[in-house]
Amino acid sequence: MTAALRFLNDLAAGLGFQLELLAQVVVRLHHVPRRARWIADQLYQSTIQTMHVVLLVGFFIGMIVSLQTGIELARIGQQDQIGTIVAVSMTREMGPFITALILAAAAGSSMAAELGTMSVADELSALEVLSVDRVRFLVLPRLVALVLAAPVLTILCDTIGILGGGFVAQSQLNVSFELYLDSATESLRDLGTVFPLPKDVFGGLFKAGVFGAIVAVIGCSAGLNARGGALGVGRATRQAVLVSIIAIIIANYFMTWFMYQG
Amino acid sequence: MTNGDDVILRFRDVHKSFGTQKVLDGLSFEVKRGRTLAIMGPSGTGKSVVLRHAIGLMQPDSGTVEVEGRDVAKLRGKELAELRRRMGYLFQEGALINWLSVGENVCLPLRENTNLPDAEIRKRAEEKLALVRVENAWDKMPSQISGGMKKRVGLARALITDPEIILYDEPNAGLDPEISASINELIRELKVRLGVTAIVVEHRVNCIKTVADEVLFLEKGRPLVQLPPKEFFASRHPRLVQFLGTDPD
Repeated sequence: MTAALRFLNDLAAGLGFQLELLAQVVVRLHHVPRRARWIADQLYQSTIQTMHVVLLVGFFIGMIVSLQTGIELARIGQQDQIGTIVAVSMTREMGPFITALILAAAAGSSMAAELGTMSVADELSALEVLSVDRVRFLVLPRLVALVLAAPVLTILCDTIGILGGGFVAQSQLNVSFELYLDSATESLRDLGTVFPLPKDVFGGLFKAGVFGAIVAVIGCSAGLNARGGALGVGRATRQAVLVSIIAIIIANYFMTWFMYQG
Repeated sequence: MTNGDDVILRFRDVHKSFGTQKVLDGLSFEVKRGRTLAIMGPSGTGKSVVLRHAIGLMQPDSGTVEVEGRDVAKLRGKELAELRRRMGYLFQEGALINWLSVGENVCLPLRENTNLPDAEIRKRAEEKLALVRVENAWDKMPSQISGGMKKRVGLARALITDPEIILYDEPNAGLDPEISASINELIRELKVRLGVTAIVVEHRVNCIKTVADEVLFLEKGRPLVQLPPKEFFASRHPRLVQFLGTDPD
């Protein structure tokens, strides 16, 4: 009973800290131009250094979706719909979700480890003593970079996934690449009411941006709270990845419900 | 009793515990302006905790820590930042930001907290690096310099805002005797040239003899004695004899 209460208390405290951190970044957004260099550094780390993983995973996910659905559709003679299913699956769901998981594992863990190491090496205390605002200095560049990086990587993931699906459709399901692409692009023509972008693509990119913010906030908060030497840094890194994955899945459900319900 | 106007930093009956472990147990002492107080004592007696209280990184469970008559624990936001700008803190390992170069580390407080032009900030940083005798290292990363150099750079960074009080947390830790001597000389020189008030947490006798005006010996979070160095090292107090008898210096 006591352990359960302590767990709930820690959970509430952690969530409270993360929301406060997010709010602190929002009120400091006007500092973005002065942080351009560090945002660019973080963008490089989170985009360029994870791009090959996103491309590889995205390609195979596209192929898997195409194969799984294609086999079933072929049984009822509807395999020419594979393009629609792969395109909608990738843009609405798989692209942003897979990208977010990769970012949680690569960028979120790296943020937790970097800030955690700074914490145990007294560098965060040094910033406090020097009156350097650590949210503005450390968290803002990381959060802005991930909010920008996630949609960019998602576009790549969507594109390569759709191409991977087309490759399988042509090579294993006897659907021509042209037909596959026609059906894929046709399914994405439905424009949104707010932005003149295909509704499914925009919805996926919006989700990706939110996932990027979630990964950054959780990674930074785990790092800032790291205590107890190398062991503490390891614990913070593990916690950042696990909590990010759970938060991404929960947020994904609610955003999907909000965007596509009815 | 000291004249109240001369006292720049004062601890009054400060208590601090971490869980069930009592670290400071009714600690009271004061430091006069322009003087250097060395704090000595066995490991785990709360010496570094004293420094962290002095600069507001920790708050006492009870009692007060006053800097120029202001209770540090009650200061918030701009007031606390203003106080910290007038204080410098040298961490044990230097605590340089590992992804910034030496020059960027020293410039950091001014870049973040002032609107001074870059050229002016650089000029001031170069002056401070020259003062601590670190030249030609502007573009080096902290991982590329030695432990002694890191402490010097950390000191240059602490000096960039021209503080009136400097807190040194074991400035000799992990250094060889030659570099230790140069760091001690530097601390003494800063006191003479700049007239700064200082608290030095240290257990090396050589350091204390070089830099201190007074020595406070802490035992289990309480002050055992506070004496000038000459009297401190001549003391026949059984605990001091026992402690100093084991000193490698």
